[in-house]
Amino acid sequence: MSVIVLLIIFSVIVALIFLVSFIWAVKSGQYDDTESPPVRILFDNEMNKQSPPENKKTRK
Amino acid sequence: MGHLPQNKIDQQDKQIECYHCGDICQDEHVLFDEKNFCCNGCKTVYEILRENNLCNYYDLEKNPGITLKNRDFGEKYNYLDNEEIQDKILDFCEGQTAKVHFYIPTIHCSSCIWLLENLYKLKEGIRYSRVNFTQKEVFIDYNPLILTLKDLVATLATIGYEPYISLEQETRKKQKSVNRDLLVKIGVAGFCFGNIMLLSFPEYFGFEGIDDKIIQRFISWLNVALVLPVVFYCSTDYFKSAFTGLKQKYINIDVPISLGIITLFIVSIIHVSFQIGPGYLDSLSGLLFFLLIGRWIQNKTYEGLSFERDYRSYFPLAVTLVINSTHKTVPVRDLRENDIIRIRNNEILPADSILLSKEANIDYSFVTGESEPVKKNKNDLIYAGGRQMGTSIELAVQKTVSQSYLTQLWNNEAFKKEESSQIESMINRISKYFTATVLIIAFSGLVTWLSIDPFKAWFVFTAVLIVACPCALALATPFTLGNTMNVFGRNHFYLKNSHTVEKLMKISHIVFDKTGTLTNSKKGHIIFEGESINIKEKSWISNLLTNSTHPLSRRILTSYFHDMFTHHPIQRYHEIKGKGIYGNVDGHHIKIGSAAFLNGEIANQQSFSDIKDPRYSKVYISIDGHPKGVFFIENNYREGLDSLMDHLGKYFKLTVLSGDRETEEENLKSIFPSGTLMKFNQKPGEKLDYIHFLQKNGEQVMMLGDGLNDAGALVKSHLGVAVTEDITSFTPASDAILDAEKLAKLDKFISFSHTSKNIIIASFIISFFYNILGMGFAIMGKLTPIIAAILMPASSISVVLFATFAVTMMARINKLI
Repeated sequence: MSVIVLLIIFSVIVALIFLVSFIWAVKSGQYDDTESPPVRILFDNEMNKQSPPENKKTRK
Repeated sequence: MGHLPQNKIDQQDKQIECYHCGDICQDEHVLFDEKNFCCNGCKTVYEILRENNLCNYYDLEKNPGITLKNRDFGEKYNYLDNEEIQDKILDFCEGQTAKVHFYIPTIHCSSCIWLLENLYKLKEGIRYSRVNFTQKEVFIDYNPLILTLKDLVATLATIGYEPYISLEQETRKKQKSVNRDLLVKIGVAGFCFGNIMLLSFPEYFGFEGIDDKIIQRFISWLNVALVLPVVFYCSTDYFKSAFTGLKQKYINIDVPISLGIITLFIVSIIHVSFQIGPGYLDSLSGLLFFLLIGRWIQNKTYEGLSFERDYRSYFPLAVTLVINSTHKTVPVRDLRENDIIRIRNNEILPADSILLSKEANIDYSFVTGESEPVKKNKNDLIYAGGRQMGTSIELAVQKTVSQSYLTQLWNNEAFKKEESSQIESMINRISKYFTATVLIIAFSGLVTWLSIDPFKAWFVFTAVLIVACPCALALATPFTLGNTMNVFGRNHFYLKNSHTVEKLMKISHIVFDKTGTLTNSKKGHIIFEGESINIKEKSWISNLLTNSTHPLSRRILTSYFHDMFTHHPIQRYHEIKGKGIYGNVDGHHIKIGSAAFLNGEIANQQSFSDIKDPRYSKVYISIDGHPKGVFFIENNYREGLDSLMDHLGKYFKLTVLSGDRETEEENLKSIFPSGTLMKFNQKPGEKLDYIHFLQKNGEQVMMLGDGLNDAGALVKSHLGVAVTEDITSFTPASDAILDAEKLAKLDKFISFSHTSKNIIIASFIISFFYNILGMGFAIMGKLTPIIAAILMPASSISVVLFATFAVTMMARINKLI
């Protein structure tokens, strides 16, 4: 039965890792602006359409 | 002469949209590259973008641009060459790298983000730029050796993204960190809540007799460990607020919440230590999780808008100083007495000064609300806040900025809002009774049970405190009000915080400013219809009109008879109030006025009165008894005012406070219900005093105004609403910002705030129902951890769902979304 104890400790630690990464994300300001990043990710593609040679490197 | 007005109206109906900004092309219409533009400014931006291959801008959103009408930058940004000012604005500057961030209020769509992040294609020297959309900020990294700060700002301004530059930006930073803290707290509470729930699962399904006592104890103590951050980190705000409330001998909603949290925690620790049971740790962490989410919703504000501007936002940052006929730019606060400064067209005078140039045309609309510019002559004293219209002028500073009339007025004690006079929020009023009732029930439960079973008596006592924790009560208000704010926001009515909705419910008296609030800043069209008038006749009419002070006479004169005409003496001039004027000019009898006034003479001229559009006032003209034609004058009152005032007049007392002269009284009387008090020639201080007078008489005053002249009254009133035609432009400090286009919906907004109140009350009833149920369990001594764990989240969730859906539904019914 003591394997349960081990599993619980592990699961809590895994959850803690996620909590810490969430706190890090908040503190580093990733939640300050939730509007522009989803829009921004679409821009690159459209730009590539028009001027492919410039940005090809980043896409690989 | 004589375009047919009908044509003009038809043209407006067709509505040619500007390719750049989406405005309807009215007066001006520029065709370029097979695209329509409303003005040359918009066309220029298009040209710039096309040259730089940035036309993607127009593909992302339809008509994304910002209109450049009435924007003339000229030498406005010269002060950015001053190093001291640069130091303050730049975030970082060394060698070839400079970093700067600007607040750009006009950022509004994804095209804006795209264009601003591709600035490097537009101007050499810009390395990198990045937009924060929520904060409406752009961070730019550039090479100061190639590009000066002045050119950078000018570039932004020419493409329509004029940055707002201020030397004090600290306040915005603070708010950011508060939001982050709350997010972290929600994260921690959610983490603890989830894990405790998971670990308590065996308990829920009745595996109480787990053979292994060690595992059971291990889980219990792990739960205690998990709840510690919830109690000692996430709940700190509630404890603090409850403590300050109690210190001021005042019970707010956080008192019963804190009481509940503490009881839950202590009881659970006791239960776990003495192995009585698993405790109520899951309920505790769940409660905090929901409460924090509620707080987050309530705290959500319009970050892009600023509600806290003072007079400094209106003043320029720097002025041109004249020293021995050389010009130098200095920051405004470095101005000394007797300095000589130069003010260009459209610049605002920052300090009280004496005019040195021959004459000046000063527009005081900012300060007094008077819309006509005032002519000033040499050696006249001009107060700060006036805007020069026309050529550059030179002035000698009399008082430093901080000593100037306007600044003094602003720093007047009365301008400061008395916090104590703020109305008590509904939830806090209820919580007083709530706390008292709960304590009475808990103690009576304790006393009753003591005689039956002393051990159980304490269990009952704590159970009542636990279950009565007003979480649902505390959630109803933030969710309802937060959602109401959202509904208003969609209708371009932006509130500073959710507390403002509660203030809106209690308004009893509404005060309107005239200029800019009730009226449009754009002057309406004037159209003439009728026989052609020759130059001689024109000069007669204009001579007669000059004698009249009626606003319509003045409008016709200024916009139709631009040129100067020879002066003719007028005989037997008469003005009949509300009807018209007549007189003999050069031997001809001329009558100008309403249809009724010229009744006999226009009876057979039906074509003159074709337009029945209420937006147009009509002025008829006859010469020697012969009808000549009619002027159609579009009034500049906002649309829908009539019906708005009808509705508002039924429920509220209305007042008009205007900085203007009485000329518009007649028009205003026709819009407002009878009995509305109208005061004219009001100085900013007088407006403030009047609001104060109303408040002394127990009125809850809502003030609507637009300019700096209303700023004091806006701050002083219970609910100050800044009315603006351009949400992104700068408004005086206020509790709410309203798009001028939506002014006609004001009655709907107020009535919707009452709807929200009813929704809150309904949510309270739901939460009381749960409380009674829980209380029943508690009094009977049957509140097991499982029942608590089901009942408490259930009540929270149902209240949240109800509040959210009810607000959305009511908004639909009222056609607000």
